[in-house]
Order: sequence, then C-alpha cells, then structure tokens
Amino acid sequence: MINFQYTRASDVSDAVRQIAADPTAKFIAGGTNLLDLMKEDVEHPTRLIDITRLPLTKVEETATGGLRIGALVPNSDLAWHAAITQRYPVLASAILAGASAQLRNMASTGGNLLQRTRCFYFYDTATPCNKRELGSGCSAIKGINRINAILGTSDACIATHPSDMCVALAVLEARIHVAGPGGERIVPFADFHRLPGETPEQDTNLDANEIVTAVELPAEGFARNYTYLKIRDRLSYAFALVSVAVGLEMDGTTIRQARFALGGVAHKPWRDPSAEAALNGQVASPENFRRAADLALRDAKGFEHNAFKIELARRTIVRALTQASRGTPQSQSNKKIA
Amino acid sequence: MARALATTQTTLLPPGKISVELVVNGVETKFDVAPWTTLLDALRERLDLTGTKKGCDHGQCGACTVLVDGRRINSCLTLAVMKDGAKVTTIEGLATDGALHPMQQAFIDHDAFQCGYCTPGQICSAMGLIAEGKAKTPDEIREMMSGNICRCAAYPNIVAAIQQVMGAS
Amino acid sequence: MSHDRSIPRRPGDISRREIMQGAIAIGALGYVGADAATSVAIAAEQQSPVGTPITRYIGTAISRIDGDAKVTGGAKYAAEYKVPGLVHTFVVGSTIAKGRIVRIDASEALLVEGVIAVLTHENRPRMADNDKAYKDDAAPEGAPFRPLYDGKIKFNGQPIALVLAEESEVARFAASLVRVEYEDEAHVTDLYRQRDAAFALPEPAKPRGDAAKAFGASDVRHEGEYYVPIEHHNPMEPYASTVTWDGGGKLTIYDKTQGVQNVHRYVCGVFDMKPDDVRILSPYVGGAFGSGLRPQYQVVLAVLAARALERSVRVVLTRQQMYSLGYRPAMIQKIRLGAKTDGTLDAITHDAVTATSQYEDFYRRETTWSGLLYHSANATYAHKLARLDLATSCDMRGPSAATGVYALESAMDELAVALKLDPLELRLRCYSDRAQTEGDVPFSSKNLRECYRQGAEAFGWDKRNPEPRSMRDGSDLVGWGMATGVWEALQMPITVRVVLTANGHAEVASATSDIGTGTYTIMAQVAADMLGLPLGSISVKLGDSTLPQSPLEGGSWIAASVSNGIVTTCKAIREELLRLAKKVPNSPLAKATVDEVALADGRLMSRQDASRAILIADVMRHGAVDRIEMEKSTSFANDGKHAHNTHSALFAEVKVDEQLGVVRVTRVVSAIAAGRILNAKTAHSQIMGGMVWGMGMALHEETLIDHNFGRIMNANIAEYHVPVNADVHDIKVIFVDEQDEIVNPLGVKGLGEIGIVGVPAAIANAIYHATGKRVRDLPITLDKLL
Repeated sequence: MINFQYTRASDVSDAVRQIAADPTAKFIAGGTNLLDLMKEDVEHPTRLIDITRLPLTKVEETATGGLRIGALVPNSDLAWHAAITQRYPVLASAILAGASAQLRNMASTGGNLLQRTRCFYFYDTATPCNKRELGSGCSAIKGINRINAILGTSDACIATHPSDMCVALAVLEARIHVAGPGGERIVPFADFHRLPGETPEQDTNLDANEIVTAVELPAEGFARNYTYLKIRDRLSYAFALVSVAVGLEMDGTTIRQARFALGGVAHKPWRDPSAEAALNGQVASPENFRRAADLALRDAKGFEHNAFKIELARRTIVRALTQASRGTPQSQSNKKIA
Repeated sequence: MARALATTQTTLLPPGKISVELVVNGVETKFDVAPWTTLLDALRERLDLTGTKKGCDHGQCGACTVLVDGRRINSCLTLAVMKDGAKVTTIEGLATDGALHPMQQAFIDHDAFQCGYCTPGQICSAMGLIAEGKAKTPDEIREMMSGNICRCAAYPNIVAAIQQVMGAS
Repeated sequence: MSHDRSIPRRPGDISRREIMQGAIAIGALGYVGADAATSVAIAAEQQSPVGTPITRYIGTAISRIDGDAKVTGGAKYAAEYKVPGLVHTFVVGSTIAKGRIVRIDASEALLVEGVIAVLTHENRPRMADNDKAYKDDAAPEGAPFRPLYDGKIKFNGQPIALVLAEESEVARFAASLVRVEYEDEAHVTDLYRQRDAAFALPEPAKPRGDAAKAFGASDVRHEGEYYVPIEHHNPMEPYASTVTWDGGGKLTIYDKTQGVQNVHRYVCGVFDMKPDDVRILSPYVGGAFGSGLRPQYQVVLAVLAARALERSVRVVLTRQQMYSLGYRPAMIQKIRLGAKTDGTLDAITHDAVTATSQYEDFYRRETTWSGLLYHSANATYAHKLARLDLATSCDMRGPSAATGVYALESAMDELAVALKLDPLELRLRCYSDRAQTEGDVPFSSKNLRECYRQGAEAFGWDKRNPEPRSMRDGSDLVGWGMATGVWEALQMPITVRVVLTANGHAEVASATSDIGTGTYTIMAQVAADMLGLPLGSISVKLGDSTLPQSPLEGGSWIAASVSNGIVTTCKAIREELLRLAKKVPNSPLAKATVDEVALADGRLMSRQDASRAILIADVMRHGAVDRIEMEKSTSFANDGKHAHNTHSALFAEVKVDEQLGVVRVTRVVSAIAAGRILNAKTAHSQIMGGMVWGMGMALHEETLIDHNFGRIMNANIAEYHVPVNADVHDIKVIFVDEQDEIVNPLGVKGLGEIGIVGVPAAIANAIYHATGKRVRDLPITLDKLL
C-alpha cells in the first residue's frame, strides 16, 4: 500500500474542494474495493478523503414519487429498507446477491457504482493491463478470460463491471446525482458507466473532481414482475459469470413494458433497447423471450475461455424473463433456480 | 554479529500518526495510528487483540469479522482512523465474567470448527446475523454466513450452532 | 521420494523402505522415525496390554478440549506472539517464471523511514550450500528450493527479497519500491504441453497378469482420460513464523507447520545450528491439509533476518503469496477397464502423468489404488512425471487417492453404464477381499461391504432409476451417483511422555501437532481412559520440538500412532504403580501381573475382581513418590501378512438446472469403515470436512495459470473458489463398525484423508446421471454442462 495522507470532508462542498485541490486524491467511504486495490498497488492515491461523515445517509421520497438514496447509505441498509423491498424489490434482490453480509454492511451506494473490474490482470501489477496502465496492453484477450466480457469489448480491454446492484439500477433507470466544482448535475444511469473503447482506464463519466451524492429512483419499480438471477461458480460469495435483472410491466400475459439488463458480460451493466422493444406488446412466451435474448446478444463475441457466456447469457435472459413474467422472482437464499 | 545492512539516509516519511479513540469491548481505548493501518492490524498489532484473524486481508474470507457499532464488518478493509469514536466488539469481548457467550458455547457443543482460525470471525458474524434478524431458515443462515469461509468445512455444524442460539433466544 | 533400499531392517522399525514398498504405501511420506533401539514394537501378537480397555471417553462425542481457547480468541497462532522489539517484514516475490535476477535495487525502499534493511541473495547471512541440509523429512528426490540463496528464478512468485521494518505497513509500502531487473528465460507451465516430455517413473507397483491382452479380450471395455487441475490447500491461516531472538544466537520459533521436529532439523541443517539452540513451537495451526508437511520458505526468511539483525522477526505471507507454496499437482490419468458381461473385471490399466517442478521430483502413487480396490487377475500401472517451471508440487489432503480414485471411480461408473449394471452392484461384483497389490494378502479388517449396505440404505439408493436424465425436481435434473473411497491405515514410530502426579493429574506429551484434527482431544481421551482419570485431570502438550519424538502430522497416521503410543506409555505407568502397590502392606494386588490390572476411577484394580483395588493416590503416598514420569517409544510392526486400509462408500445427490447447468449438491452420504473411532464428534467433523473438500474438488477448485506469463492468476480466495456455507447442504456421516485387532492394539486407522476420497467421483457420477453428460476434467463448472 502506498504512503498517503488522510483527511476528512466536513460537507459535500468541502469534499469537492479537497478533491479539486489534489488530482491524486480519492474519496473513501466503505473502502471495500479501494483498500483492496490499494493493498495490491493497483490504486495509489496520495490522499484519501474520508467522506463517511457527510450527511448522505438518507433514503427520501422525491416529488415525482420516486426515491432519493443518499450515496452513503450502506448496501445492506438499502437492501432491507422497506421502501426498497416493497417498491423496488429487484434492487433489494440484486444487492443481496452480491458480496457478503459484512461487505454489504460496509459498502456504500455510491461506492458500489464505482467498483472496479475483477479482471485478473487488472489486479496483478506484474502483468500488462490497459485499464491499470494505459498503453501497456491487454493481457486478458490472449490470457485467462473466462470471467471477461462478451459485449462492448474493445481491442484495448475486455473487462467487466462486477456490480450486482448496478444491474438492477440499469433496469430501474436510476439517475445519478453528482456534485462538482461547477455545482450539481444528474447523470442518467445509462450514461454513467462507459464502454472501454480506447480509454479503458476510465470506468465512468464522472469527472475527477466530482462526487456522487445520491442515486435517484424514478417511480416505476416493477414490484410485481421482476427478478435478479445471478449465475456464478459457487452458490454464494462469488462474482457473476452472468446475471440478469428484469423489470416487466404486465397486462395479463402481455408485456406492456420490458426492461432487462445483464451483468458480468460487459464493461457496464448491459441493456439493449431493441431487445426490450421486441418484447413490448408481446405475449410472455418462451419464443418471444428467446428472440429478445438473441437480439441482446447479436453482437456478442467470445474469447478463448468465455465463449460459453454467450449461450449462458441467452438462457439466463430467457429464464429471468420467465421468472419475472410469472411473478416468481429468484430467491437469493434458496438456491434452486425458480 | 549483525551485518551492516541498513542505510542511514531517510527521506521518505510514512504518513503521520493520528490519535484515534475506540471503545473496544467496552473499554475506551486511545492510541495513535497511521492512516494506512487497517482496523484489523490496529486490533492485532497495536492492541494485541489477536483473536481477530487475518485470513486474506482482502474481504474474501471473513476471518477478520468484528462488530462495529453492532454491525458485522470485515476489519481488514476498514482503516482504523475512519472508525474514530466507534464501538468495536471482537471475539475477546463476548465472554462475560469468564462465562462463554451462548454462541461460543454453541460452537463448542456442535464442533463448529476444527483448526479454529476462522472461528472468531464466524462467531462475530453469527452475532451480527442474529442482531440483523433477517435470517431465519437454514437456507437463509447458510446464505448470510457465506461471507465466512471455513476451509475445514464445519459449515453444517456452524448452522446448527446458530440455530441453537436462535432457538434459545 | 527416496527409493533407498540400503536402510537395514531392524525389529520394530518402520523404515522409509517399508513405507514405500511394504503395504501399498501410496500416500506414505517416507518419514524415518525414531531409533528402533528405543522403540517398543506393538503388533497383534503382543497386544495383550490393552485387553479390553476400560473406556469412559474413547469413542464418545467429547467436545474439543481446545474449544474454549478457539472460541474466545485465546488460541495463538504463529503470527500472534507479542515479542519485544519485533521486526516486521514483507516478502517480495518474483514476477517472472524462469530466469535470473540481474539487479535488485532497494535504494528507494531503504529511504523509507522505519525500514531497517532489505534482505536479498546478495546480502543475506550465510546459509548451507548443499542440498542435504535443505532436505526435510518430506522432501522428494532432487535439490530443494533454497530461499534467497541465489539470483536464479525457478517459479513465479518466488521470494527474492525481504523488507525489514519497524512496522508491518512500512515494510509493505517499502516492498512496493524494490525494483528488480530480470533476465528472462523461456518457461513452460502447461502440463499438456509437457506431457510428451514427461519421463517414466519406476513401476508404481508390480503388475499382475497381462492387462493389455486381457483388456483386448474383454467382453466390455471402457477407456477414459481424466484431468485434475492444480489445486491449492488454502488453509485459513496464512503461513507465518515469529522468530524470537533469545540472545546468544538462540532462537525460539513460532511456526505454522505440521511437524515441529521436521522444522527443527531443517533449521538446524540450513543454518548449521546446534539442536539446543533452536526450539520450534506450534501449539495451534490454522489448517494445513498437507501444505505444512515441509518447512515453508517463510521460516527460512525469518531466521535469515533474525540472524542478520540479531533481533526478533516475524514473516507472514499474504494470501496471494500462499500460492507460491506447494500445491496438488495437475494430472492426466488414463484408465482402461475390461470386464466380463457379468461385471467381473478382467483388466485394470491405470496410467498417470503428473506435474512437478524443475528441481524436485514430487509424486505419489495415484495409479495403484486401482489394483487394490477391485479384484482383477490383470492389472498394470504406469506413471510419468512432467517438469514445469513451478514450485514443487506437494501432498494435499488425500494425496494420490483423492485424484487416483476420482479417475478410477469415474471409470467404474462408465463401465457400469456400458455393462447396464447398477454402479453399486458392479462394485460388489468386483469386491476384493484380498489386497492383490500386496501379494494377495488379506486385510487386517475391511468392512466395505457394510459401508455399501449402510450407505445405500441411508441414501435410499434402491429408489434410483438407472436411466440418466430420468429423475427430476421441477426444472432441476436430479442425479444420484456413488463411488468408493480408500486410504491406507498408516502408523509411525512415536514417543509419548506421561507424567502422573500424586494430586491425580496427568500430563501427556508428544511433539505432534493438532491442525484442527482433534489431536489434543483424542490424546486426552486415551490418556484419561488408560490412566483411569477424569478427562479434566489430563493436560496435553504438543507442537513443541523439545517434546518426545513424533512424526509429521500427515497421512492420517497421527491418531493411530499417538493413541497407541499413549497406551504403551500408560502401561509403563501402570507397571510402576503396580510395583509400588505391591509394597503396600496387605496389598490386594500383591500377586497381580500388569496385564491383570487396570487403572479406573483413580484406582489401580484387578480386572477380574474390581474389589481388589488401591487408590492411585494411596499407592503413590505409600511409595513416597509425588510423580511418576514415563517416556516410551512405540513402533508398529507390520507382519507383512495383512494390508491396512480404511474404506468408504459415498452416495451423492445433485440437482442440476437443466438450462443453466447450475449444480447443487443436495445430499451426500459417506459410510466409513476406519477401525475404532476415538471421538465421535471430532471424527464426524474430519469426515464432513473431507467431503466438502471433495465437493470443492468436483465443482470449484482450480488454480488458473496464464501460461504466457507462467503465473497463477487467481491467487486469492475470491477467484480460487472453495465451497462456502451456501454450497453445503445435507451431509451424513456413518461410521460403520469395524473392529481391527491386527492393525494396532486400539484398532485405530485414521480419518484425515478418507473423507475426501471418492467424493469427487460420486458427485461427477451423479452429474452424469442427472444430465447424461460425462465431464472428465475437474472442476465441473457449469459451462461444461451447457
């Protein structure tokens, strides 16, 4: 771990002021990913600005019938919050599918958005990695890429975003509130994370001087027809090979509005508007689900060890849509797949 | 004879120490610690509370689980300075007046460990789990205890121990 | 492993030669034990001392006597000793797989305040320059790795520098500032790439008949190739050594090890130190599973640093660095089974290619289990070893059997399918009442038939529909699979000291270890019964190199060795008490012999007539002694007429999501025949733990190496998956009654390994039964089932 200074931020504007003053500083909240990476010398901020004392811990109703979740609300509090379990159960389910109870107690809502990839090469400073050191090359493309991306990859990077929570937020079309030196702005969820392209070192469109202050959920929570289905190498405490969050608005057996997002397959939670549109107005049927899955994966590209993810994702989408349409969401404790 | 391995010139200064106050197992404890010291290392190396274990130092095994303000967390991924003012309960703080906590006794009764290295973390995690009140069924206990790896694989006995305590409370 | 045939056979001595050649010796570690001259050999013919032991504690479900220490945080492990003036360290590992260090630049690291020194091959203190000094009790043939010895790089992650600092964080930070220049050489880490370059080992066992010819003539044949990847032990406690500088060059070392005396001899050898100047302590070990049989490099680094600085030093490995130690070697196994249509075997051929390093030849005998487990007139074995640019492979729980029996038992399942025979029925038709691999001798005991019966009954095997994909539970395919497990009942020479004091307390001591196996507890149980004292009056000492001689704790041999060792020493205590008792006026035991008396309830009493008894306290008072101390060695004579083995029958149920390939192991039953069970509670845990290891082996565990870099890429326990709580459901352990009056006086056979053996095959076979897919390379991850 690198030598660093430690300061505390007293309020949001102080936090922004402090980070603007030091381009090598980073905020720390839960610390579950940042300290992990600092111990591996992957992250080496010279200053940590502790934001855990900022007043960003509330879950509040918004004027438009949604919720505003403070960036420092711990993942576990959010997952068990009555408003979430009742109105946005897909979010509760996704959070509970991730990490462990201890890590969820520590991890913050804002921090979860900023999780970095689990790509083996990103973590190992002995190997080249464009995300860690731009221009050094991507070792995963010709290396061990079983956990890597199949969608939206570039020649520079095939890393995935590891969050479960974010997959649900993509479906809910959350809005990310950020504050910076120039004031506050709101980033639609789809625009928050980036694809790797030629700049894989940047995971998000957050400016270096900005801080996430809140995650806003619109009113629509898909509380009746939803699921979060996570497929992984053991039954708990493992990152997703593929996960699918679904929110459906149903009218009998007809899908009025469909949203689904994939985790574990791309540099960001993956949504495909055309695949969702193909479901709107259609009957919830295996054929229609398969067509939507095919559409979502039409540009998928596998590598030596992860080509299976294409078929796995296809089947997981179909299964998740089935679960959501039937109103039988996946339990995160009973491991039988509904 | 010791060899002259060292150099005398020093220019890179480690971060300065900061005074931190914790209530550890009910005792107010004040000490100076560098920002880069994790709560785990502070407990083990500064306060000599080695009951809390380091199994991976990366939040991947749960051996370092302690209760901070009543919640179970991985102390390896927490900086001690960030917990200034917090109440920390470690395995050493569970027994009262020499009598084992029922959870500790249940772990013994059910042989919920072998080598014992993950055990303090398992017990603290189980305490946290009961305080949370979310896990009731064996499936739920298994899931909510999955952040604590036991390589000796005492898992079914751990679940039985927790059920024993839940049944009694 | 040595093939030394020159060690003369002495009465009562188990030599390395016997271990390797006697019995089947598949997992044996080749430890040369105590000098036979001081040993008392125990064999069936001589075992009258126990007679019918009066047992209050043996066999019962006593809770661990070290339980309190472990649940309160009081149990201290190697890195947890508070030592004044301790120097903290951080290991720097190589980032290439092969080559040499051109330059190590520690100048920047040395600029950090609090850094004391950076130790490298260039400035380290003197250490031995011959291979012999580095040979520990479990060292295979070859030239052992010498940490920080020179600039040669033999594997990725090899320790190349040790940063010494006043605080651990400072050491860690400074380690990141050590710059290393290498000269790279081409490496190879892929077993499949080296397969053709593998060299043949001596015949693992004498072949019988002509297996090739018989295979060709068989009615039904099965041939399959099975792969097991590299696996890492991943004990929860990282390797650590705390070396205390006691002044005058004397060292007390708290080390994580499965053999304090092995480490002791090793440290004395490497550093040319006098035995009295080094003491190794390891009272608690946070799991090891074979990784602690050999001294690990952290102890060398710690001693180097302590001697360089003349200060106390601690070296703790990180979880990542734990992957630079030994591992279960990757292996490719080919099995050919030829059978008659009635299901009897004509031919068994078992070939293996396994991996080792470039500098040591580690291997075990994966292949010969096949010829032991089932009856066949024809059997042949071949084993090749491939050299890779990795650290030397090593023993890992159930070495050779976990892997060899996985291949065999998968192949047997495939044969059963080909024969259209129930897999259990096939096993019964091939049942072997004699150990054909050992000159066709009978077993000292073998109650495997009863394991099959009780296991099948508990599982409900008779309700199995033999057709694959025929059993369902909603969207899950249900599969039932079974397999057999086998291990060798090994025992090693051991010395036990017992001190009985007039206050009715006894201390029992031997330099063994308790790596979670329950050794403390069974030692107390056996001593309590043999001395007729309450369990609470017994204290146990182990994990200290100054205690009486003990072999390494491995191979499942400690329970048998130490428990019978306690019997021997307690007999000597009884003899002495009887001698004193006879001097008591009007002694009711005046004419008794030692075999006619027992110790029970604090009394020395006649076995025939319990009313003829004297309180131990009275005996000692009359004799004017306040303590009786006895230290006796025990070795185990093998009559050469029996094979000593443990067996198990495994039955597993899996549920596999038909579409997604997600496997859940919903039930596993293991019925075990392993002689006398000393402690029903800890024994259950041992077997259950082994079974979960088998699950991990079947479904999760695989060390992933990027062969471009020759580097392990999942060197952590987030991406090297071991089972978590949610993976483990209904586990049932049945101990089948098995009385063995031949293997040793107590009839104890050991449990550490047998739990895992057979489980991977039972699960793989269940997955086949569920899905109709036969996956022959472990782990069976869901992508292989899509």
